[in-house]
Amino acid sequence: MHNYFDTYVVVVVLLLVGAGIVAGGLGANRALRPNRPTAEKLTTYECGVDPVGEGWAHSYVRYYVFAYLYVVFAVDAVFLFPWATIFSEPGYGATTLGEMFVFLGFLATGLAYAAKKGVLSWV
Amino acid sequence: MLEIVVKLALVAAAFAFLPLLVGQAEHKVMAHMQGRLGPMYAGAFHGWAQLVADGVKFAQKEDVVPRDADRWVFKLAPGVALVPYLLVLLVIPVGPDGQVALDLGPGVFFALAVMGVGVIGAIMAGWASANKYSLLGGMRVAAQLMSYELPMVFAASSVAMAAGTLSLTGIVDEWRWWWLPWQAVGGVVFFVAGLAELRRPPFDMPVADSEIIFGPYTEYGGLRFALFILSEYAGIVVLCALTTVLFLGGWKGPFLDTELGWLWTLLKVFALAFCVIWLRVSYPRMREDQLQKLAWAWLVPLSLAQLALTGVLKVAL
Repeated sequence: MHNYFDTYVVVVVLLLVGAGIVAGGLGANRALRPNRPTAEKLTTYECGVDPVGEGWAHSYVRYYVFAYLYVVFAVDAVFLFPWATIFSEPGYGATTLGEMFVFLGFLATGLAYAAKKGVLSWV
Repeated sequence: MLEIVVKLALVAAAFAFLPLLVGQAEHKVMAHMQGRLGPMYAGAFHGWAQLVADGVKFAQKEDVVPRDADRWVFKLAPGVALVPYLLVLLVIPVGPDGQVALDLGPGVFFALAVMGVGVIGAIMAGWASANKYSLLGGMRVAAQLMSYELPMVFAASSVAMAAGTLSLTGIVDEWRWWWLPWQAVGGVVFFVAGLAELRRPPFDMPVADSEIIFGPYTEYGGLRFALFILSEYAGIVVLCALTTVLFLGGWKGPFLDTELGWLWTLLKVFALAFCVIWLRVSYPRMREDQLQKLAWAWLVPLSLAQLALTGVLKVAL
Protein backbone atom coordinates (compact mmCIF):
# COMPACT_ATOMS: atom_id res chain seq x y z
CA MET A 1 0.00 0.00 0.00
CA HIS A 2 2.92 2.29 0.77
CA ASN A 3 4.28 1.89 -2.77
CA TYR A 4 0.86 2.54 -4.26
CA PHE A 5 0.72 6.04 -2.85
CA ASP A 6 4.39 6.68 -3.64
CA THR A 7 3.57 6.17 -7.32
CA TYR A 8 0.91 8.81 -7.27
CA VAL A 9 3.13 11.26 -5.38
CA VAL A 10 5.12 11.50 -8.64
CA VAL A 11 1.90 12.38 -10.48
CA VAL A 12 1.10 15.09 -7.94
CA VAL A 13 4.66 16.48 -8.20
CA LEU A 14 4.35 16.70 -11.98
CA LEU A 15 0.95 18.34 -11.59
CA LEU A 16 2.63 21.00 -9.44
CA VAL A 17 5.41 21.38 -12.03
CA GLY A 18 2.73 21.90 -14.70
CA ALA A 19 0.93 24.46 -12.56
CA GLY A 20 4.31 26.13 -12.06
CA ILE A 21 4.95 26.31 -15.81
CA VAL A 22 1.56 27.93 -16.44
CA ALA A 23 1.86 30.27 -13.44
CA GLY A 24 5.42 31.20 -14.44
CA GLY A 25 4.33 32.09 -17.94
CA LEU A 26 1.42 34.15 -16.71
CA GLY A 27 3.69 35.82 -14.12
CA ALA A 28 6.16 36.82 -16.85
CA ASN A 29 3.20 38.08 -18.86
CA ARG A 30 2.05 40.17 -15.88
CA ALA A 31 5.48 41.77 -15.59
CA LEU A 32 5.80 42.54 -19.30
CA ARG A 33 2.34 43.49 -20.48
CA PRO A 34 0.64 46.86 -20.68
CA ASN A 35 -2.72 47.29 -18.96
CA ARG A 36 -5.02 49.88 -20.51
CA PRO A 37 -8.62 48.70 -20.20
CA THR A 38 -11.34 50.71 -21.93
CA ALA A 39 -15.07 50.11 -21.86
CA GLU A 40 -15.12 49.08 -25.53
CA LYS A 41 -12.25 46.65 -25.08
CA LEU A 42 -14.06 44.89 -22.26
CA THR A 43 -17.36 44.34 -24.06
CA THR A 44 -18.30 40.92 -25.33
CA TYR A 45 -17.33 40.36 -28.95
CA GLU A 46 -20.29 39.59 -31.18
CA CYS A 47 -19.07 40.16 -34.72
CA GLY A 48 -18.43 43.83 -34.10
CA VAL A 49 -21.98 44.88 -33.19
CA ASP A 50 -23.11 45.72 -29.66
CA PRO A 51 -24.02 42.53 -27.79
CA VAL A 52 -27.72 41.78 -27.45
CA GLY A 53 -28.93 40.47 -24.10
CA GLU A 54 -26.52 38.45 -22.02
CA GLY A 55 -24.12 35.71 -23.04
CA TRP A 56 -25.70 32.86 -21.13
CA ALA A 57 -28.59 32.81 -23.54
CA HIS A 58 -31.19 30.09 -23.84
CA SER A 59 -30.43 27.68 -26.60
CA TYR A 60 -31.79 24.34 -27.61
CA VAL A 61 -29.08 21.76 -27.09
CA ARG A 62 -30.07 19.33 -29.79
CA TYR A 63 -27.53 16.76 -28.87
CA TYR A 64 -28.47 16.21 -25.24
CA VAL A 65 -29.62 12.73 -26.23
CA PHE A 66 -26.03 11.84 -27.04
CA ALA A 67 -25.15 12.75 -23.47
CA TYR A 68 -27.65 10.17 -22.21
CA LEU A 69 -26.29 7.58 -24.61
CA TYR A 70 -22.76 8.34 -23.49
CA VAL A 71 -23.55 7.99 -19.81
CA VAL A 72 -25.26 4.65 -20.38
CA PHE A 73 -22.41 3.23 -22.47
CA ALA A 74 -19.46 4.75 -20.62
CA VAL A 75 -20.52 3.32 -17.29
CA ASP A 76 -20.52 -0.12 -18.93
CA ALA A 77 -17.25 0.52 -20.72
CA VAL A 78 -15.33 1.23 -17.51
CA PHE A 79 -15.87 -2.37 -16.42
CA LEU A 80 -14.08 -3.57 -19.54
CA PHE A 81 -10.69 -2.51 -18.21
CA PRO A 82 -10.34 -4.78 -15.16
CA TRP A 83 -11.99 -7.59 -17.11
CA ALA A 84 -9.64 -7.16 -20.07
CA THR A 85 -6.57 -8.02 -17.99
CA ILE A 86 -7.77 -11.43 -16.84
CA PHE A 87 -10.32 -12.74 -19.34
CA SER A 88 -7.90 -15.04 -21.14
CA GLU A 89 -6.21 -16.46 -18.02
CA PRO A 90 -6.30 -20.24 -17.79
CA GLY A 91 -9.63 -21.37 -16.43
CA TYR A 92 -11.66 -18.48 -17.81
CA GLY A 93 -11.52 -18.97 -21.58
CA ALA A 94 -14.84 -19.77 -23.17
CA THR A 95 -17.01 -18.61 -20.25
CA THR A 96 -15.65 -15.07 -20.18
CA LEU A 97 -15.77 -14.93 -23.96
CA GLY A 98 -19.47 -15.81 -23.79
CA GLU A 99 -19.94 -13.10 -21.22
CA MET A 100 -18.21 -10.64 -23.51
CA PHE A 101 -20.68 -11.38 -26.27
CA VAL A 102 -23.56 -10.87 -23.83
CA PHE A 103 -22.03 -7.50 -22.95
CA LEU A 104 -21.50 -6.54 -26.59
CA GLY A 105 -25.00 -7.72 -27.36
CA PHE A 106 -26.43 -5.36 -24.76
CA LEU A 107 -24.47 -2.42 -26.16
CA ALA A 108 -25.33 -3.24 -29.78
CA THR A 109 -29.02 -3.65 -28.93
CA GLY A 110 -28.99 -0.31 -27.13
CA LEU A 111 -27.34 1.35 -30.09
CA ALA A 112 -29.72 -0.27 -32.59
CA TYR A 113 -32.68 0.81 -30.44
CA ALA A 114 -31.39 4.38 -30.31
CA ALA A 115 -30.88 4.36 -34.07
CA LYS A 116 -34.40 2.99 -34.66
CA LYS A 117 -35.88 5.65 -32.38
CA GLY A 118 -34.21 8.21 -34.61
CA VAL A 119 -32.10 9.90 -31.95
CA LEU A 120 -28.93 9.37 -33.97
CA SER A 121 -30.19 11.42 -36.87
CA TRP A 122 -30.31 15.19 -36.77
CA VAL A 123 -33.53 16.78 -35.54
CA MET B 1 15.32 9.97 -6.00
CA LEU B 2 17.80 11.56 -8.40
CA GLU B 3 16.56 9.24 -11.14
CA ILE B 4 12.96 10.37 -10.77
CA VAL B 5 13.98 14.05 -10.67
CA VAL B 6 15.93 13.62 -13.93
CA LYS B 7 12.97 11.80 -15.49
CA LEU B 8 10.55 14.52 -14.44
CA ALA B 9 12.89 17.14 -15.92
CA LEU B 10 13.01 15.15 -19.18
CA VAL B 11 9.20 14.93 -19.27
CA ALA B 12 8.93 18.69 -18.73
CA ALA B 13 11.55 19.31 -21.44
CA ALA B 14 9.72 17.03 -23.89
CA PHE B 15 6.51 18.85 -23.03
CA ALA B 16 8.13 22.21 -23.75
CA PHE B 17 9.88 21.14 -26.94
CA LEU B 18 7.82 18.54 -28.86
CA PRO B 19 4.62 20.62 -29.24
CA LEU B 20 6.68 23.49 -30.67
CA LEU B 21 8.33 21.09 -33.10
CA VAL B 22 4.90 19.86 -34.24
CA GLY B 23 3.67 23.44 -34.49
CA GLN B 24 6.61 24.49 -36.64
CA ALA B 25 6.17 21.35 -38.76
CA GLU B 26 2.54 22.32 -39.26
CA HIS B 27 3.53 25.80 -40.44
CA LYS B 28 5.95 24.42 -42.99
CA VAL B 29 4.15 21.24 -44.09
CA MET B 30 0.84 23.04 -44.55
CA ALA B 31 2.55 25.81 -46.46
CA HIS B 32 4.30 23.45 -48.85
CA MET B 33 1.16 21.36 -49.38
CA GLN B 34 -0.63 24.57 -50.36
CA GLY B 35 2.14 25.82 -52.62
CA ARG B 36 3.35 28.49 -50.18
CA LEU B 37 6.61 28.95 -48.32
CA GLY B 38 5.34 29.51 -44.78
CA PRO B 39 7.46 31.44 -42.28
CA MET B 40 10.87 32.24 -43.79
CA TYR B 41 12.13 35.24 -41.85
CA ALA B 42 12.41 34.54 -38.10
CA GLY B 43 15.75 32.92 -37.24
CA ALA B 44 17.00 33.36 -40.82
CA PHE B 45 17.03 29.66 -41.78
CA HIS B 46 13.56 28.71 -43.13
CA GLY B 47 11.86 30.59 -40.29
CA TRP B 48 12.84 28.02 -37.65
CA ALA B 49 12.40 30.54 -34.81
CA GLN B 50 8.88 31.59 -35.81
CA LEU B 51 7.22 30.03 -32.76
CA VAL B 52 9.87 31.44 -30.42
CA ALA B 53 9.11 34.87 -31.84
CA ASP B 54 5.39 34.19 -31.41
CA GLY B 55 5.99 33.24 -27.78
CA VAL B 56 7.92 36.45 -27.11
CA LYS B 57 5.12 38.42 -28.71
CA PHE B 58 2.37 36.67 -26.73
CA ALA B 59 4.22 37.22 -23.44
CA GLN B 60 4.04 40.98 -23.96
CA LYS B 61 0.38 41.23 -24.91
CA GLU B 62 -2.32 42.75 -22.76
CA ASP B 63 -4.50 40.36 -20.79
CA VAL B 64 -8.12 41.24 -21.52
CA VAL B 65 -10.90 39.66 -19.45
CA PRO B 66 -14.34 40.72 -20.71
CA ARG B 67 -16.46 42.64 -18.20
CA ASP B 68 -19.28 40.09 -18.22
CA ALA B 69 -17.08 37.02 -18.00
CA ASP B 70 -16.91 34.66 -15.05
CA ARG B 71 -13.42 35.89 -14.14
CA TRP B 72 -11.97 32.97 -12.22
CA VAL B 73 -13.17 30.23 -14.50
CA PHE B 74 -12.16 32.31 -17.51
CA LYS B 75 -8.61 32.75 -16.19
CA LEU B 76 -8.23 29.17 -15.04
CA ALA B 77 -9.43 27.51 -18.26
CA PRO B 78 -6.15 27.65 -20.28
CA GLY B 79 -4.27 25.95 -17.45
CA VAL B 80 -6.89 23.21 -17.19
CA ALA B 81 -6.61 22.68 -20.95
CA LEU B 82 -2.82 22.42 -20.98
CA VAL B 83 -1.57 20.66 -17.83
CA PRO B 84 -3.36 17.28 -18.35
CA TYR B 85 -1.31 16.61 -21.49
CA LEU B 86 1.86 17.07 -19.44
CA LEU B 87 0.57 14.46 -16.99
CA VAL B 88 -0.12 11.92 -19.76
CA LEU B 89 3.47 12.22 -21.01
CA LEU B 90 4.54 10.89 -17.60
CA VAL B 91 3.28 7.37 -18.30
CA ILE B 92 4.30 7.04 -21.96
CA PRO B 93 7.26 4.69 -22.45
CA VAL B 94 9.84 5.75 -25.05
CA GLY B 95 12.07 2.71 -24.78
CA PRO B 96 12.51 -0.71 -23.15
CA ASP B 97 13.93 -1.42 -19.67
CA GLY B 98 12.41 1.40 -17.72
CA GLN B 99 12.76 4.22 -20.24
CA VAL B 100 9.52 5.60 -18.90
CA ALA B 101 9.06 8.27 -16.23
CA LEU B 102 6.47 6.28 -14.33
CA ASP B 103 5.41 2.73 -15.15
CA LEU B 104 1.89 3.02 -13.84
CA GLY B 105 -0.09 -0.24 -13.42
CA PRO B 106 -3.35 1.12 -14.86
CA GLY B 107 -1.47 3.21 -17.46
CA VAL B 108 -4.02 3.08 -20.30
CA PHE B 109 -6.81 3.96 -17.93
CA PHE B 110 -4.83 6.87 -16.44
CA ALA B 111 -3.86 8.22 -19.86
CA LEU B 112 -7.43 8.17 -21.21
CA ALA B 113 -8.93 9.64 -18.04
CA VAL B 114 -6.42 12.49 -17.81
CA MET B 115 -6.63 13.22 -21.54
CA GLY B 116 -10.37 13.72 -21.14
CA VAL B 117 -9.75 16.37 -18.47
CA GLY B 118 -7.98 18.58 -21.03
CA VAL B 119 -11.23 18.97 -22.93
CA ILE B 120 -12.90 20.38 -19.82
CA GLY B 121 -10.65 23.44 -20.19
CA ALA B 122 -12.33 24.27 -23.50
CA ILE B 123 -15.79 23.72 -22.03
CA MET B 124 -14.90 26.02 -19.11
CA ALA B 125 -13.69 28.65 -21.56
CA GLY B 126 -16.91 28.39 -23.56
CA TRP B 127 -19.07 28.80 -20.50
CA ALA B 128 -17.09 31.48 -18.68
CA SER B 129 -16.74 33.85 -21.65
CA ALA B 130 -20.39 34.97 -21.35
CA ASN B 131 -20.51 35.10 -25.14
CA LYS B 132 -23.23 33.35 -27.14
CA TYR B 133 -20.78 32.06 -29.73
CA SER B 134 -18.41 30.79 -27.08
CA LEU B 135 -21.25 29.03 -25.33
CA LEU B 136 -22.33 27.31 -28.54
CA GLY B 137 -18.73 26.32 -29.16
CA GLY B 138 -18.38 24.97 -25.63
CA MET B 139 -21.53 22.88 -26.11
CA ARG B 140 -20.12 21.47 -29.33
CA VAL B 141 -16.88 20.59 -27.55
CA ALA B 142 -18.88 18.76 -24.88
CA ALA B 143 -20.96 16.89 -27.46
CA GLN B 144 -17.83 15.89 -29.34
CA LEU B 145 -16.08 14.66 -26.21
CA MET B 146 -19.06 12.50 -25.29
CA SER B 147 -19.49 10.97 -28.71
CA TYR B 148 -15.85 10.16 -29.36
CA GLU B 149 -14.67 9.17 -25.90
CA LEU B 150 -16.62 5.93 -26.14
CA PRO B 151 -15.04 4.44 -29.31
CA MET B 152 -11.66 5.61 -28.01
CA VAL B 153 -12.14 3.70 -24.75
CA PHE B 154 -13.34 0.60 -26.60
CA ALA B 155 -10.38 0.66 -28.99
CA ALA B 156 -7.91 1.09 -26.13
CA SER B 157 -9.46 -1.71 -24.11
CA SER B 158 -9.18 -3.98 -27.14
CA VAL B 159 -5.40 -3.60 -26.93
CA ALA B 160 -5.53 -4.10 -23.18
CA MET B 161 -7.39 -7.38 -23.80
CA ALA B 162 -4.83 -8.50 -26.37
CA ALA B 163 -1.92 -7.75 -24.03
CA GLY B 164 -3.63 -8.83 -20.81
CA THR B 165 -2.32 -5.77 -18.99
CA LEU B 166 -3.16 -2.10 -18.61
CA SER B 167 0.45 -0.98 -18.18
CA LEU B 168 1.70 0.84 -21.29
CA THR B 169 5.18 -0.70 -20.95
CA GLY B 170 3.56 -4.12 -20.53
CA ILE B 171 1.50 -3.61 -23.69
CA VAL B 172 4.55 -2.82 -25.82
CA ASP B 173 6.38 -5.80 -24.29
CA GLU B 174 3.57 -8.08 -25.42
CA TRP B 175 3.25 -6.46 -28.85
CA ARG B 176 4.07 -8.58 -31.93
CA TRP B 177 4.08 -7.50 -35.56
CA TRP B 178 0.90 -9.43 -36.38
CA TRP B 179 -0.98 -7.16 -33.97
CA LEU B 180 -0.85 -4.57 -36.76
CA PRO B 181 -3.49 -6.32 -38.91
CA TRP B 182 -5.22 -7.77 -35.84
CA GLN B 183 -5.76 -4.38 -34.16
CA ALA B 184 -5.88 -2.28 -37.33
CA VAL B 185 -9.56 -1.34 -37.03
CA GLY B 186 -9.09 -0.40 -33.39
CA GLY B 187 -6.05 1.67 -34.27
CA VAL B 188 -7.89 3.68 -36.91
CA VAL B 189 -10.87 4.18 -34.60
CA PHE B 190 -8.59 5.31 -31.76
CA PHE B 191 -6.70 7.79 -33.93
CA VAL B 192 -9.81 9.27 -35.54
CA ALA B 193 -11.63 9.53 -32.21
CA GLY B 194 -8.55 11.16 -30.70
CA LEU B 195 -8.44 13.73 -33.49
CA ALA B 196 -12.09 14.51 -32.83
CA GLU B 197 -11.42 14.89 -29.13
CA LEU B 198 -8.61 17.34 -29.88
CA ARG B 199 -10.96 19.23 -32.24
CA ARG B 200 -8.45 18.99 -35.05
CA PRO B 201 -9.70 19.46 -38.61
CA PRO B 202 -11.83 17.90 -40.08
CA PHE B 203 -13.44 17.75 -36.62
CA ASP B 204 -13.06 21.46 -35.83
CA MET B 205 -16.76 22.26 -35.70
CA PRO B 206 -16.43 23.80 -32.18
CA VAL B 207 -14.14 26.52 -33.56
CA ALA B 208 -15.86 26.89 -36.95
CA ASP B 209 -14.89 30.45 -37.78
CA SER B 210 -17.60 30.96 -40.39
CA GLU B 211 -20.34 30.27 -37.84
CA ILE B 212 -19.22 30.96 -34.31
CA ILE B 213 -16.10 33.13 -34.67
CA PHE B 214 -13.58 31.01 -32.75
CA GLY B 215 -15.93 29.10 -30.48
CA PRO B 216 -14.78 28.85 -26.87
CA TYR B 217 -11.61 30.86 -27.54
CA THR B 218 -13.35 33.92 -29.03
CA GLU B 219 -12.81 36.15 -25.99
CA TYR B 220 -9.25 35.04 -25.34
CA GLY B 221 -6.18 36.97 -26.33
CA GLY B 222 -2.52 37.24 -25.42
CA LEU B 223 -0.81 34.54 -23.42
CA ARG B 224 -3.98 32.72 -22.36
CA PHE B 225 -4.88 32.27 -26.02
CA ALA B 226 -1.35 31.03 -26.69
CA LEU B 227 -1.76 28.45 -23.92
CA PHE B 228 -4.86 27.08 -25.65
CA ILE B 229 -3.01 26.80 -28.95
CA LEU B 230 -0.07 25.16 -27.19
CA SER B 231 -2.45 22.67 -25.58
CA GLU B 232 -3.71 21.73 -29.05
CA TYR B 233 -0.17 20.83 -30.15
CA ALA B 234 0.59 19.10 -26.86
CA GLY B 235 -2.59 17.12 -27.48
CA ILE B 236 -1.34 16.07 -30.90
CA VAL B 237 1.93 14.84 -29.37
CA VAL B 238 0.07 12.91 -26.68
CA LEU B 239 -2.42 11.37 -29.11
CA CYS B 240 0.33 10.30 -31.53
CA ALA B 241 2.42 8.91 -28.68
CA LEU B 242 -0.53 6.92 -27.30
CA THR B 243 -1.40 5.56 -30.75
CA THR B 244 2.25 4.59 -31.22
CA VAL B 245 2.44 2.79 -27.90
CA LEU B 246 -0.93 1.05 -28.11
CA PHE B 247 -1.16 0.12 -31.79
CA LEU B 248 2.20 0.54 -33.52
CA GLY B 249 4.46 -1.30 -31.11
CA GLY B 250 6.11 1.69 -29.42
CA TRP B 251 9.87 1.19 -29.29
CA LYS B 252 9.86 -1.97 -31.42
CA GLY B 253 11.45 -1.42 -34.81
CA PRO B 254 13.03 -3.50 -37.55
CA PHE B 255 16.34 -3.79 -35.67
CA LEU B 256 18.19 -2.78 -32.48
CA ASP B 257 15.06 -2.42 -30.32
CA THR B 258 17.05 -2.06 -27.13
CA GLU B 259 19.57 0.52 -28.30
CA LEU B 260 17.42 2.55 -30.70
CA GLY B 261 14.02 2.08 -29.05
CA TRP B 262 13.57 5.77 -28.30
CA LEU B 263 14.32 6.59 -31.94
CA TRP B 264 11.64 4.22 -33.26
CA THR B 265 9.13 5.73 -30.83
CA LEU B 266 9.96 9.28 -31.93
CA LEU B 267 9.86 8.35 -35.62
CA LYS B 268 6.43 6.78 -35.28
CA VAL B 269 5.14 9.75 -33.27
CA PHE B 270 6.31 12.21 -35.91
CA ALA B 271 4.99 10.11 -38.79
CA LEU B 272 1.57 10.19 -37.10
CA ALA B 273 1.86 13.92 -36.39
CA PHE B 274 2.57 14.41 -40.09
CA CYS B 275 -0.68 12.55 -40.86
CA VAL B 276 -2.55 14.83 -38.45
CA ILE B 277 -1.29 17.87 -40.36
CA TRP B 278 -1.96 16.18 -43.69
CA LEU B 279 -5.59 15.52 -42.70
CA ARG B 280 -6.00 19.18 -41.76
CA VAL B 281 -4.91 20.26 -45.22
CA SER B 282 -6.90 17.70 -47.19
CA TYR B 283 -10.34 17.37 -45.57
CA PRO B 284 -13.11 19.97 -45.33
CA ARG B 285 -14.77 20.56 -41.97
CA MET B 286 -17.54 18.12 -41.08
CA ARG B 287 -20.98 19.41 -40.16
CA GLU B 288 -22.18 18.83 -36.58
CA ASP B 289 -24.67 16.11 -37.56
CA GLN B 290 -22.10 14.37 -39.74
CA LEU B 291 -19.73 14.42 -36.77
CA GLN B 292 -22.22 12.73 -34.50
CA LYS B 293 -23.21 10.26 -37.16
CA LEU B 294 -19.61 9.23 -37.79
CA ALA B 295 -19.13 8.50 -34.09
CA TRP B 296 -22.32 6.57 -33.39
CA ALA B 297 -23.00 4.93 -36.74
CA TRP B 298 -19.41 4.00 -37.63
CA LEU B 299 -16.82 4.25 -34.90
CA VAL B 300 -18.80 2.72 -32.02
CA PRO B 301 -19.98 -0.34 -34.02
CA LEU B 302 -16.51 -0.77 -35.52
CA SER B 303 -14.86 -0.65 -32.12
CA LEU B 304 -17.38 -3.17 -30.75
CA ALA B 305 -16.54 -5.45 -33.69
CA GLN B 306 -12.86 -5.02 -32.86
CA LEU B 307 -13.55 -6.04 -29.26
CA ALA B 308 -15.28 -9.20 -30.48
CA LEU B 309 -12.43 -10.02 -32.86
CA THR B 310 -9.82 -9.46 -30.18
CA GLY B 311 -11.69 -11.61 -27.67
CA VAL B 312 -12.25 -14.54 -30.03
CA LEU B 313 -8.68 -14.61 -31.37
CA LYS B 314 -7.14 -14.20 -27.92
CA VAL B 315 -9.09 -17.12 -26.46
CA ALA B 316 -8.65 -19.25 -29.59
CA LEU B 317 -4.86 -18.81 -29.51
